[in-house]
Amino acid sequence: MAEHQHPEHIVHPGTYLAIIISLLILTGLTVYAAYVNLGKYNIVVALAIATLKATLVVLFFMHAKYSPRRTQLVIISGLFWLALLLFMTLSDYISRVDYRGAQFPLSQVTRHWIRQSS
Amino acid sequence: MHRTGDLYGQFKTLEQQKDSASLGMWIFLVTEVMFFGGIMLAYTVNRHAYFHAFAMGSNTLDLPLGGFNTAVLIASSFTMAMAVWSAQTGKKKLLSLFLALTILLGFVFFGVKYIEYAQKFHHHLVPGKSFDISYCVNNPSKCEDLKPEELAVEREEIAQALAADPDLNSHAQLYYSAYFGMTGLHALHMVIGAGLLLWLLRQSFAGRFTPQWNTPVDLVGLYWHFVDIVWIYLFPLLYLIDRHK
Repeated sequence: MAEHQHPEHIVHPGTYLAIIISLLILTGLTVYAAYVNLGKYNIVVALAIATLKATLVVLFFMHAKYSPRRTQLVIISGLFWLALLLFMTLSDYISRVDYRGAQFPLSQVTRHWIRQSS
Repeated sequence: MHRTGDLYGQFKTLEQQKDSASLGMWIFLVTEVMFFGGIMLAYTVNRHAYFHAFAMGSNTLDLPLGGFNTAVLIASSFTMAMAVWSAQTGKKKLLSLFLALTILLGFVFFGVKYIEYAQKFHHHLVPGKSFDISYCVNNPSKCEDLKPEELAVEREEIAQALAADPDLNSHAQLYYSAYFGMTGLHALHMVIGAGLLLWLLRQSFAGRFTPQWNTPVDLVGLYWHFVDIVWIYLFPLLYLIDRHK
């Protein structure tokens, strides 16, 4: 009972303003980073910035920071299912020697491993 | 969705009733995460397999327009958050204003997306029979919106990509299928969101939302922010592949 009697948390507009400014700065940063040659880490940086932006939106715009624990659990479990989907499928593709004639980054390693073990 | 703000029998308090509604919305959003997650997974597999074609396709997108649209969507998320705040604090006129601004920004996004899509049709970059990644390079007179120096850069990029991937044209179609599929589904979500916002605006004009009862504003807000998050990922995935050459 007591859990449901706290008054609704109202986020101050100043917080929203800080978030939109951060999001716009991070958008500029991701465009800037795309023009710097980081080799295979370009995508890592791009996804890290996107995830940071998404986290800000979820925590503040979507009030997840102030939501009940069970709502937060649903959000985390959603991310867990997404991680399962990505991890299990990509670990299959990445461990194939060839896929339609194109080699995956790890295929060199895999190919070596297959040669070693056969 | 209950539309009166009365306490329903299965709940102990209005607070609990509202928490349940928002929990349900989050469970729906988790299914949406899996929906877009599957599409992004397919994108990832193809991007790894045909990286040169994906990089070539990405470089033909209009980055200033895409960046502008990203800013527009972020701004619309801000006005949506402010709409929820107005509803929570009982500022009825501000609520209508922020809802209207959110809809307006949504339509700015559609307008820019229309310009981009139309450009792709003109440049023969829509997957299908007439798809030709080299169309503008070979027919500069038909692509007057591209400057000669831009076309010179593109000619060189295509030559390099062709050297790495002789089947560039068909693999570039995979990139453009991903582009139209992902941005198209995102735009469909925005159309639904804009419809929901118009529905909210009508009720807001009638003064239905109060600090005690504003659940629909809150839930549509969650949906709108989710659609913003999808774009936050689509922008770097589609527009920013291998831009540093």
